[in-house]
Amino acid sequence: MGELTMVEAVAMALARALDEDPDVVLLGEDIGRDGGVFRATAGLLDRFGADRVRDTPLAESAIAGVSVGMAAQGLRPVCEIQFMGFVYPALDQMLSHAARLRNRTRGRLSCPMVLRAPYGGGIHAPEHHSESTEALFAHIPGLRVVIPSSPVRAYGLLLAAIRDPDPVVFLEPKRIYRAVREEVADDGAALPLDRCAVLCRGSDVTLVSWGAMLTETLDAADALSAEDGIEAEVIDVCTLKPLDAATIRASVERTGRCVIVHEAARTGGFGAEIAARLAETALVSLLAPVVRVTAPDTVVPLLKLERHYMPAAADIVAAVRRTMEYA
Amino acid sequence: MATTTRRSSGRAKKPAASKDELLQYYRDMLLIRRFEEKAGQLYGMGLIGGFCHLYIGQEAVVVGLEATAKEGDQRITTYRDHGHMIACGMDPKGVMAELTGREGGYSRGKGGSMHMFSKEKHFYGGHGIVGANVPLGAGIAFANKYRGNDNVCFTYFGDGAANQGQVYETYNMAELWDLPVIFVIENNQYAMGTSVKRSTKSKTLYERGVAYGIEGEQVDGMDVLAVKAAGEKAVKHCRDGNGPYILEVMTYRYRGHSMSDPAKYRTREEVQKMRDERDPINQVRDLLLKGKHATEDELKEIDKDIKGVVNDAAQFAQDSPEPAVEELWTDIYAEAG
Repeated sequence: MGELTMVEAVAMALARALDEDPDVVLLGEDIGRDGGVFRATAGLLDRFGADRVRDTPLAESAIAGVSVGMAAQGLRPVCEIQFMGFVYPALDQMLSHAARLRNRTRGRLSCPMVLRAPYGGGIHAPEHHSESTEALFAHIPGLRVVIPSSPVRAYGLLLAAIRDPDPVVFLEPKRIYRAVREEVADDGAALPLDRCAVLCRGSDVTLVSWGAMLTETLDAADALSAEDGIEAEVIDVCTLKPLDAATIRASVERTGRCVIVHEAARTGGFGAEIAARLAETALVSLLAPVVRVTAPDTVVPLLKLERHYMPAAADIVAAVRRTMEYA
Repeated sequence: MATTTRRSSGRAKKPAASKDELLQYYRDMLLIRRFEEKAGQLYGMGLIGGFCHLYIGQEAVVVGLEATAKEGDQRITTYRDHGHMIACGMDPKGVMAELTGREGGYSRGKGGSMHMFSKEKHFYGGHGIVGANVPLGAGIAFANKYRGNDNVCFTYFGDGAANQGQVYETYNMAELWDLPVIFVIENNQYAMGTSVKRSTKSKTLYERGVAYGIEGEQVDGMDVLAVKAAGEKAVKHCRDGNGPYILEVMTYRYRGHSMSDPAKYRTREEVQKMRDERDPINQVRDLLLKGKHATEDELKEIDKDIKGVVNDAAQFAQDSPEPAVEELWTDIYAEAG
């Protein structure tokens, strides 16, 4: 199908889903006529019509709430929130209703909706267009939280999210929307929603990350190999909730060292959950403390300070070297 | 689009109703009241958890509106929801057993008073977050329109919820997309302990719809026939594809907001006056007796039947098994495979 960017892969997955299931309805601000603020829905209005690709008023709370109602009736709404910083009015609906419909009805109703939002920093945007608050959603039982790191993964994970019977928060790392192109087959094949992906094998240290930070993480792995002869195993978490803790644990049991990388603020970030799981289940395998490389506990700064805020490959390299000092 | 709003003249001119209709409303309202009285007793005995908000006094609202519904129409409401469930035909046993947190309950002991559902009766809950059920109602109506059926979704909320922002996001979307949703504001005049007068300077709540182009009206919610007449109009408006409609139903709850309510916000006299002069069940009872549709003895017989139904429900709710501890872990996500 040719080489696609991540945002083109998202659009291709949405088109595929609309094509294969008449219950799929897209809604969000500017997704129709404008094709979405990042063009993730470009061309879909013309192809599928205004009933299925629906521009909404600027009202995130109702976008999510109406989606829950549609999903309760068996439709498969995919709503777009323009930026993650605008998702908080919708949090009430996701937490209070979407996540709980199955439990409250003992499975008689479910909430097969997807809430998509571009997230993360690194594009010189203001703070609320740059944040990375995935841990808020990962804290909520009943929600799935999925973050792709490449065009191929975006396509397969988004199809899986739309077909899943439970609500999925699908966060798209906008910094890498157009960073790389790769071959993406429009074959309708979904990726699993409960599996980490091991991006490269190594025996000295396990690097765990997700989304755009995998760029820096893979760069760091290359540098460590070239400069220190340290071979890192790199794991893309892909699905934060439910977490495939077994894959991470198995890797750490082999390497004995773990560095977790995320661009979200440090305290209560999802890295803390992974570190806690390792402390609970793999402590005896650890040769060094688990280290987190994260953004500081500050507000995402404006462009001139942003590079000091976002973790860099050098930070990851330094963290790994620290863990290697333990015998 | 021309938008009209008006206050219903329900009390000035009573719509006519047949003997059978009146008897049906009498039975349905009395069942809700006796059920709620029993729920109050069980709560007092410590058998009910998950809070409990009684509907006593407001029975004419749901009974009048259910009389206008047809098969496939949906209903969704907030936490004062037992009346809605019984009025749409859900089994009192299953409702009461949910209050006691038992396996025989509609959510098999995991939803409680505020969170019950029935796919068969198209009852979409029971929701505890005030006003947050309103966009869900519009979403349900969206699905009706998308699928091309002519069903409507009765979306109930209270005067307290009417001050939540989500309601107005939903009004705008529902009218923009002509969704078949009836917004039913059950104005019982108190949001917990805060009266409407102390929470808004709006003279009415239904007139807020004017800003969104939504038609609506205010109706006497203590008069089941007036509610039904207004409901028929609203239902026709929606079924005919004209988009949403707002009914502000003026009602009154006799009991506290929940089971622990200090009731410092109104006088005993105020409540007693409503009970004496406006009670929805007594109004129908009077019509039945004065119209010679029923004798005192026949009504007593109905009372006795209903007491039996409610007692059976209470017994069932106490005998039904408790959920197994394993149930703590179920129904968070779909089972794999």
